[in-house]
Amino acid sequence: MWSFSKIAGIIDNWLNQTFSPAIALTIEMVLVGVLVIGLFALLGLVLVIMERKVSAYMQIRLGPNRVGPKGMLQSLADTLKLMVKEGLTPKGADKFLFNLAPFVAMIGAMLVMAPIAFARNFQMWDLNIGVLYITAISSLSVIAILIAGWASNNKYSLLGAMRSGAQIVSYELSAGLSILAIVVLTGSLQLSDIINAQANGWWIFKGHIPVVVAFVIFLVTVTAETNRAPFDLAEAESELTAGFHTEYSGMKFALFFLAEYINVFIVCAIGATLFLGGWMPLHIGSWQGFNHVMDYIPSSLWFFGKTFFLIFVIMWFRWTFPRLRIDQLLNLEWKYLLPISMFNLLLITIMAIMGWHF
Amino acid sequence: MLEEIRTTEQDDLVINVGPQHPSTHGVLHLVITLNGETIKKVEPHLGYVHRSIEKMCESLTYRQFILTTSRMDYLSAHINNHCCVLCVEKGLQLDVPPRAQVIRILMDELTRIASHVLWWGAFAMDLGAITPFFHAFREREVINDIMEETCGTRLTMNYMMPGGVMYDLHPNFQKRVHEFIKLFKSKLPEYHELVTNNVIFQERTKGVGMLSYEDAISYGCSGPAARGSGVSSDIRKLYPYEIYNQLQFEECLEYGCDSFARYQVRMNEMMQSLSIVEQLIDNIPEGDIQAKTKAVIKLPKGEFYSRVESARGEFGVYIVSEGGTTPYRIKFRSPGFSNLSALDQMARGQKIGDLVAMMGSLDLVIPDIDR
Amino acid sequence: MFNEELLTALPGIQSTSSFEDGGEWLTVYTTDWLHLAKKLRKHPDLLFDYLFCLTCVDWKTHLTMVYHLSSTVHRHNIVVKSKLDRDNPEIESVSHIWKTAEFHEREVFELFGVNFLHHPDLRNLILPEDWERYPLRKDYEDPVNMIKL
Repeated sequence: MWSFSKIAGIIDNWLNQTFSPAIALTIEMVLVGVLVIGLFALLGLVLVIMERKVSAYMQIRLGPNRVGPKGMLQSLADTLKLMVKEGLTPKGADKFLFNLAPFVAMIGAMLVMAPIAFARNFQMWDLNIGVLYITAISSLSVIAILIAGWASNNKYSLLGAMRSGAQIVSYELSAGLSILAIVVLTGSLQLSDIINAQANGWWIFKGHIPVVVAFVIFLVTVTAETNRAPFDLAEAESELTAGFHTEYSGMKFALFFLAEYINVFIVCAIGATLFLGGWMPLHIGSWQGFNHVMDYIPSSLWFFGKTFFLIFVIMWFRWTFPRLRIDQLLNLEWKYLLPISMFNLLLITIMAIMGWHF
Repeated sequence: MLEEIRTTEQDDLVINVGPQHPSTHGVLHLVITLNGETIKKVEPHLGYVHRSIEKMCESLTYRQFILTTSRMDYLSAHINNHCCVLCVEKGLQLDVPPRAQVIRILMDELTRIASHVLWWGAFAMDLGAITPFFHAFREREVINDIMEETCGTRLTMNYMMPGGVMYDLHPNFQKRVHEFIKLFKSKLPEYHELVTNNVIFQERTKGVGMLSYEDAISYGCSGPAARGSGVSSDIRKLYPYEIYNQLQFEECLEYGCDSFARYQVRMNEMMQSLSIVEQLIDNIPEGDIQAKTKAVIKLPKGEFYSRVESARGEFGVYIVSEGGTTPYRIKFRSPGFSNLSALDQMARGQKIGDLVAMMGSLDLVIPDIDR
Repeated sequence: MFNEELLTALPGIQSTSSFEDGGEWLTVYTTDWLHLAKKLRKHPDLLFDYLFCLTCVDWKTHLTMVYHLSSTVHRHNIVVKSKLDRDNPEIESVSHIWKTAEFHEREVFELFGVNFLHHPDLRNLILPEDWERYPLRKDYEDPVNMIKL
């Protein structure tokens, strides 16, 4: 049966036989880069259409239904429109930073992609501090937002950026603590180790209630970190028109838009990897027969299935809840989520030391 | 004096909300002085849709001027028209046939429900929840269809005329309204489930935009804005017109003084309006729909004031007549104008994110404020 | 009747005011508006705390300010009118008695040109700030935007 790891292996073999190892490596890197960019474009299109269809379903409407079959090409048409639109730079804006910001946002999102395992043995870079790397790089996105808000020379943008800064910095704490819970249980920062540790059951099942709590906190905090409703204060359409990207138009706006969706994908992929076993099929302890049946489903399908389920949950949040206020948002983090996740981490540590988990 | 008011401290951030802004529901322009995220002052700048309807009416006849009022508070067009015809009828001392009176009240209450439903969706959208907006439109559409059948239009009905109503009810009217009552009763619990009982929604509205009992009176607030502060101000109860004094309904009062109280007043009012519709829909008396009036109406010399309870509060028409075919002077007392004047008082010291919750809870319709 | 009530509650009011009982509400014509307003607002038998309509009428020879007041305690209504000179209309502001008057007076100021003394913030609310004439006066002409029927 064909799988991603097999295809990758064949290409790698062929390249190494044909070229010298250095050239082969260079070609592989270029290939990976192209694939990542391709994946980005594809994800952007798919997620936008998915969001529109999900919201349409929740709002008893049809959603896009004119371009292509069932409107599936709508986001492609939108991208085309955004590409040919003029990218305005407002007078009085810091031109360099203004143009830089969308790229910082994109690059930040791209970098986090590196250690994610898309399928069995299919990973760009299985570095031994994978989790640390992800938490470190994902906080770069706030810089892009701050740059954009500052450079736009617009009060709405500045307010949005400041809100976003306060929000992301504080929510990273709880996100980090809930990720640490899994690191404590696994005893490794390497993503492949974390996935392999879930071969006999995903952490969300093995880790009793504390891990479920950590998972819920993780979901809440990543929703906040990606600036999505109910935590979309950086944009806050009804208050700040569009927040930090008020002044952006054309492709520069599209890059922010894309970065948001890529970020959503990435945090959901991380959530799926840490709590739901990544590409690991649903295994239950020692039920050999059941586990074998589950193994027949390709690992990439498991990974994308879980990720898209989490994305759907986050979209569900967005189309259900009203927005919080900035002080309530910070209260929620500092008064509730942070103490809870700290205590929860303590419980999980005790659990890991005593070996109470399955 | 002007300079003194306009100068601000150096750290203050002055931002313009509107005239093009997603949550001002039209072209309201607010100049907000901020200290960080805290509001120091809100200054409304009006007039972006000012059509000077009052001046226009001075050259329109008593039949014509009623039509302009549909364009003021376009969400309660029937009620505005109703107030005007009441004022003209007061001048003519005209008795309206009972059938017309019942039809008017039915239309008023359906309009009130439609207006409140739309407000509910828009208010939730102001707070960042977009889905309720679409759910609200689902129910509003049914009312609009009912209106369209009888009146021919969906927004600016122009259905009332001095002496009665313009046409008789459509044969389908009763059936459709019965269907609507059934539908709405099944959907209202959904509204509460989706928005009212939501923790974030309650957090966002409770204690936000406090308007004390005394302030509500002093600022001339009316309608749900006043009743949310416990001020009894329902014109239908206090100064009943048509046959409201024969109907069973309650004035919805809340004492929370905040946005949530105003929200609850409107939610309860929808139920009360629905019960009024239920009481009347099977008891529409037979008979004429118009009293006999002359083709050209001339009001006797004098001054006439009529007031009705519109969806937003007390709507009043003040006609000064010199005995001619056109009014000498008309003043429309619009509820939004007075309610808006309380916004500054409510907003001071609150967060900018709450401003939309306050504006939303006042249910501002800009053409109604600007006239 | 209400007329007598008012007279007993506010002795000395006759010197500046005259009454008209016609129509639905009592109408008082006054020349000493601020004094009367304070008494109407404060007197325990009157307590007119709710100013629901404030407007002006241009009678070509003079202007008339019209105040519609009601009481949320006693539920009675009154209309107070005050004659103003058309060339130099001036009247005391009541925005500190009824706060809603602040907005209404600004509207009357720009549309009729009535100058409200001691108003905290008297400037155009609806019209642009550099607007010169007063649209709701009877002699207002605008060849572009006004259509004569």
